[in-house]
Amino acid sequence: MKSTLVIDGKPTNRLRLWLSGLGLVGAGLLWLSCFLIGPLLALSLLAFASRGDYGDIIWQFNLENVWRMVGFGTFGWVPDNLLIIGRSVVLATITTSLCLALGFPLAFWIADRDRRWRVLLIAIVMVPACVNLVIRTYAWQLILGNHAPPAVFAQWAGFIPADAALYPGQAAVYLGMISAMLPFAVLPLYTSVERLDWSVVEAARDLYGGPWRTFRHGILAQVTPGLIAATILTLIPSLGMFVVSDLLGGAKYMLVGNLIQQQFGAAADWPFGAMLGLGLVVASLVSLLILLRWGSREGRI
Amino acid sequence: MKRLPRGVGVLAIVSIAVLYLPLVAVMALSFNATRHGQSWGGFTWSWYAKLFNNEAVLNAATNSAIVAVTSTSLATVIGTLLAIGLRRLPLGRWGRTSADVIINLPTVTPDILLAAALVVAYGIFRSVVAHFSPESKFFDPGLTTLIIGHVTFQVSFVAVVVGARLKAIGNEQFEAARDLFASTWGVWRRIILPQLAPGIVGGALLAFTLSLDDFVVSFFISGPSSTTLPVLIYASVKRGVTPEIHALSTLIVALTMIAILSIAILNRPRMTKE
Repeated sequence: MKSTLVIDGKPTNRLRLWLSGLGLVGAGLLWLSCFLIGPLLALSLLAFASRGDYGDIIWQFNLENVWRMVGFGTFGWVPDNLLIIGRSVVLATITTSLCLALGFPLAFWIADRDRRWRVLLIAIVMVPACVNLVIRTYAWQLILGNHAPPAVFAQWAGFIPADAALYPGQAAVYLGMISAMLPFAVLPLYTSVERLDWSVVEAARDLYGGPWRTFRHGILAQVTPGLIAATILTLIPSLGMFVVSDLLGGAKYMLVGNLIQQQFGAAADWPFGAMLGLGLVVASLVSLLILLRWGSREGRI
Repeated sequence: MKRLPRGVGVLAIVSIAVLYLPLVAVMALSFNATRHGQSWGGFTWSWYAKLFNNEAVLNAATNSAIVAVTSTSLATVIGTLLAIGLRRLPLGRWGRTSADVIINLPTVTPDILLAAALVVAYGIFRSVVAHFSPESKFFDPGLTTLIIGHVTFQVSFVAVVVGARLKAIGNEQFEAARDLFASTWGVWRRIILPQLAPGIVGGALLAFTLSLDDFVVSFFISGPSSTTLPVLIYASVKRGVTPEIHALSTLIVALTMIAILSIAILNRPRMTKE
């Protein structure tokens, strides 16, 4: 079958389009298959292989790594890995919620400025996000260090022993996570808030909606797309994080990211690392599905 | 205007301050004469001067530059062709969706997963190559593996940026040029490429910043002789950070800001048009 098509003002047919199109995308397609899709598939296969005695890989497939991930090992059931996975999920969820809670006021405030200021302010929020995460994270070590003002104040007030620093610890990790992720929440929220139809909000007020119901039905229902994008952009990187917890959380505060890194580093147990990576993907997908369902329900209200 | 509650402005300004506090802290300490601790010992340039005599830092800077320039050039060419080609392919609805998924895959894959996948893939490639030429070191951790890894996540970003620009140009200009008897090459050279250029340059700048900025992928796949700047900074922080690292970080922050500013200026006409 030979149909005549017109593309870019030139008559052509499907065969010629396929040939020229494939010629153009060929390099990119080949590259992504070899170095992205292939490796990701290899990783998922490797998750079911096992480690040899010298860190080598034995390509015999079994479910051993799944059992190890949930804690069954040589010495019976140990909840360590589940604890780490659970901690990662909790940290990612709380970080995302806090970023949304802080991102909303920021997005509203920026959207409320003059047009000239808005572009500048969004740029100001996005610049730190582009600065290397290692730098931004170790900077918090400096701020929370034992001779810096916050720690000196905490020592004086008796919250922490004399000469102690405010890191490593959970609070430091949360601070680092929020400063790392906040810009990614603000950007999509701002895009939604900027297009907000304020007459709906006024209608809600006119109909005697209190502040909460006005926000819930007048505003939240309108910014759901931005909310979903902001959630995805903060939740997924938070789940896979290992720099922040490594530098601010200390050895006792491990996340899935740190565990994966260990398997590919010191432990030399690639198959188990791959299985943990699969676990990370499953955790991300499940949390996203829940959020998206919640979002679509919310949008209909 | 819209009468926001009073606390909103305060909260917004506090949030912005929290974002900038780390940058200011590093910048301030890079000029601090005290070697250890955070107390202020007077202003000095000496850490910057020492930086330029530090062999490890210069080495890492050279590696970062080589990797960033090479990978950005490759990714810009491949990504631009990908964006142009995808527009021409007569894909159905399913084809279009799967193409979109593949293009966007690296932008949503967690860094650590891509890094792990590359480590595994290089391991497999190494053993395959070893069958044919046991002496080959092509897939050993080094600059080559770094460049390949960086291109892999850069390509998508370039393709997305260029694709958006291409969509904004629209079909009418092709058709108008064609009606005026322009050749295919003529249309591209005189009409489309000049308009596409800001998108290509913007995509390249974005790719360049992503490469310079990347830590996780580089940390997994770089070898001892191919340390990049972020990996070097991380290693120094683990060992105990020195003021020289503050100076180095300040320079990187400044460089990032210049790159972001350039991207913003390149995109400005489109932003103000609406």
